[in-house]
Amino acid sequence: MVSNDYSSDIPTKMSTKIVIAGGFGAGKTTLVGSVSEIPAVTTEAVMTEASIGHDDISATPHKVTTTVAMDFGRITVDQQLIMYMFGTPGQTRFWFMWDDLVRGAVGAVVVVDCRRLAESFEAVDYFETNRRIPYIVALNRFDGQLEYTTEQVREALEVSPSVPILDFDARDRSSGGTVLKTLLRYALSTNAAAAPVG
Amino acid sequence: MSYRKRRGSRIRPYTFTGGRTRSRHPLMVQTLVSTADPSNDPPAKLMPESQRIYVLCRETRSVAEVSAELKIPLGVAQVLLSDLAELGLVYIHPTITGNSPSENQVLERALRGLERLFQ
Repeated sequence: MVSNDYSSDIPTKMSTKIVIAGGFGAGKTTLVGSVSEIPAVTTEAVMTEASIGHDDISATPHKVTTTVAMDFGRITVDQQLIMYMFGTPGQTRFWFMWDDLVRGAVGAVVVVDCRRLAESFEAVDYFETNRRIPYIVALNRFDGQLEYTTEQVREALEVSPSVPILDFDARDRSSGGTVLKTLLRYALSTNAAAAPVG
Repeated sequence: MSYRKRRGSRIRPYTFTGGRTRSRHPLMVQTLVSTADPSNDPPAKLMPESQRIYVLCRETRSVAEVSAELKIPLGVAQVLLSDLAELGLVYIHPTITGNSPSENQVLERALRGLERLFQ
């Protein structure tokens, strides 16, 4: 018999995940692409109506299946640590998929197009309501200027006072990097605040 | 021949997984996986899809990358990888969520890395 103890031969790597959320067309995929070391990749999840909340879908083989696409990118932080950025599926009817994506994430960025604030309300609402992971709001500066101040956006989207809001350009790598750094700093500060409880 | 080539995509995803839609191991989209013994050929008893995963994972990659590169849905990749891990053929690397002090150290490392990469 072959030994099962292979693990000692394998250099252990670690990975971590950031969720990129926001309304349709807000710039999620653009942000993922600009910070990623690889071209943004699309993967697909096949969804069956009956699969939601059930383990066995074979009992209802005639349910319609839907394919949901997700974009993701990768940053090799160092030899042992890889960070993935996952864009959430845009359509509202795939909210249930967000739970799977959000589970185990370090934090989330809600990308907001200031010209279409209402498009991002549901994403903000999701993270405000669930409060499972730290999130920040990133205002995508499409034409070089913003129509609203960050505080006006905070009020309009009902973002908690403690949640950082910053403006950025999703097409710009350095600007996108600043968004990720802001999220990590915020996540570390909220983890530190929560530490005595855990 | 063309029929054979197209056959793969006609099979319902859950046919591969014996009807199961949940994996036994905590495999998230970002979880890294690698073939336990990369110098070995995939065991002949494995299904073709699992053999492809085995070969692909000779280099460490995430569940999402396995799904994207082999063009198999995420849920299917998760179940097949879970089975390979159960057989001791695939190694599952740890995932960092930042929910413990030791994980926070890793997040601090990640932040330093980002500061270096995005100056």
